[in-house]
Amino acid sequence: MEMQAFWEALQFVVTGNDEVWAIAWLTIQVSGIATLISVAIGLPFGIWLALTDFPGKKLIYSFINYGMGFPPVVAGLMISLLLWRYGPLGNLSLMYTPTAMILAQTMIAMPIIIGFSFTAIMSVNPLLRYQFLSLGAKKWQADWLLIKEARLGLLAAVIAGFGRVSAEVGASMMVGGNIKGQTRVLTTATVMEVGKGNYEMALAISAVLLMIAYSVVLLLTYLQHERKREIR
Amino acid sequence: MKFNKSLFLSICMLVIVFATTACGTQKEAAPESSKAPADANLILATTTSTQDSGLLDVLIPAFEKKTGYKVKTIAVGTGKALAMGEKGEADVLLVHAPSAEKKVMESGSTINRQLVMHNDFIVVGVANDPAQIKGKTTDDAFKAIAAKQALFVSRGDDSGTDKMEKQIWKDIKVAADGPWYLSAGAGMGQTLKIANEKNGYTLTDRATYLAQKKNLSLDILVEGDKKLLNIYHVMEVNPEKFNKVNKDGAKAFSEFLLAKETQAMIAEFGKDEYGQALFFADGDKTDADLGL
Repeated sequence: MEMQAFWEALQFVVTGNDEVWAIAWLTIQVSGIATLISVAIGLPFGIWLALTDFPGKKLIYSFINYGMGFPPVVAGLMISLLLWRYGPLGNLSLMYTPTAMILAQTMIAMPIIIGFSFTAIMSVNPLLRYQFLSLGAKKWQADWLLIKEARLGLLAAVIAGFGRVSAEVGASMMVGGNIKGQTRVLTTATVMEVGKGNYEMALAISAVLLMIAYSVVLLLTYLQHERKREIR
Repeated sequence: MKFNKSLFLSICMLVIVFATTACGTQKEAAPESSKAPADANLILATTTSTQDSGLLDVLIPAFEKKTGYKVKTIAVGTGKALAMGEKGEADVLLVHAPSAEKKVMESGSTINRQLVMHNDFIVVGVANDPAQIKGKTTDDAFKAIAAKQALFVSRGDDSGTDKMEKQIWKDIKVAADGPWYLSAGAGMGQTLKIANEKNGYTLTDRATYLAQKKNLSLDILVEGDKKLLNIYHVMEVNPEKFNKVNKDGAKAFSEFLLAKETQAMIAEFGKDEYGQALFFADGDKTDADLGL
């Protein structure tokens, strides 16, 4: 492949291609919403799991650890079977829509965010909690302080979740269908351009994907850093 | 606490932005036609070759503009597309595996099967041609490849092209198996690339080959055999069997494909870019004309 052709494709994509920007925007929306849903449910659940003791906790945690590596294509397949016209949720007509992609990506991101939050809380020195309590903190105050202590790890959970789903292609292809103007995201567009033999275009779209992923990570890292400075 | 507040606020902002824009994208572009269909969503299951050759990028926008339907094109192998039809998960099919199509018609899953267009399959390989197949008939070429155990890359994905290839092996009674026979499980573009990298032979449709040619050092070695016709039919999924099918949309799409202007678009497609048409329009022909 020629470097020049790649630069031309990149320039074309970055400067004047509305279609690619629409695809990029859809990617941010789908993966962003899936991450937010996973955070809204997974973060409290992971924290609760870390702070509560009950029999069978290790078993549940083993399932979550297992789920952190859940193959996206399996998630895609399961969501497909649910959403098919003649599947159990077929009446909702959700197959091949961005909503279906959000569902599949949530299924992928959720265990990652639960697992990372659990680990983040568990990795804070457990004696700290007793120290807070002995200093006169109420139980919920001690928990809250512990969460604040673990914030670096909790944000890492969000970064890992978003990173995984924005990079995922199998599930999006299966439940979204890579439909132009409707469910085409950057990863599925890349696969399609490779199928068409437009390698320069595929590389240019990949570059946009990398830029978006980095921007999000940069934002979250900045948030992490801000918090850290505040403690000192 | 100060920071937590700002984090909370920024997350809230993000949620609002996402929520509003998500609503925004769901607004459908108003169709030019005044008679907007009641059920505008239409699922077209078709083959990768119609997408990878770029034909759909020309046809679908024209159809949407003309009728107001919003087409969800699912480009998969013909085997999968037919399976979607058999389960009522698509409304209309544009596929290229005549004998498999007939079976689906007989099962009553689809109706109104009509000839749309054809092009042809070709056997491609590296120029030094280790099995010496150039200029042979398809059957002899495949026999020579098997006898020489020269590397052959198969689609292996139950697509129309794959079905055609499997039929040829069956016709010449050769069990295609062994280290010389690679089953790629990939689309046509990817399979051509594999054959290219591994110096193998493969069977391809002409449209995808021409569209990919700039990346390949494979030459056409066998062509023009009557056996190698690649024929596309449109079929509507049977609304009497599957009540959720968008039957008006399916009918409109199949009428659109056979309309004179569309047939002219198909016949012209590719002439600018490749100097030759990628498909031959067959709307006014019957299966018998193509020797089926």
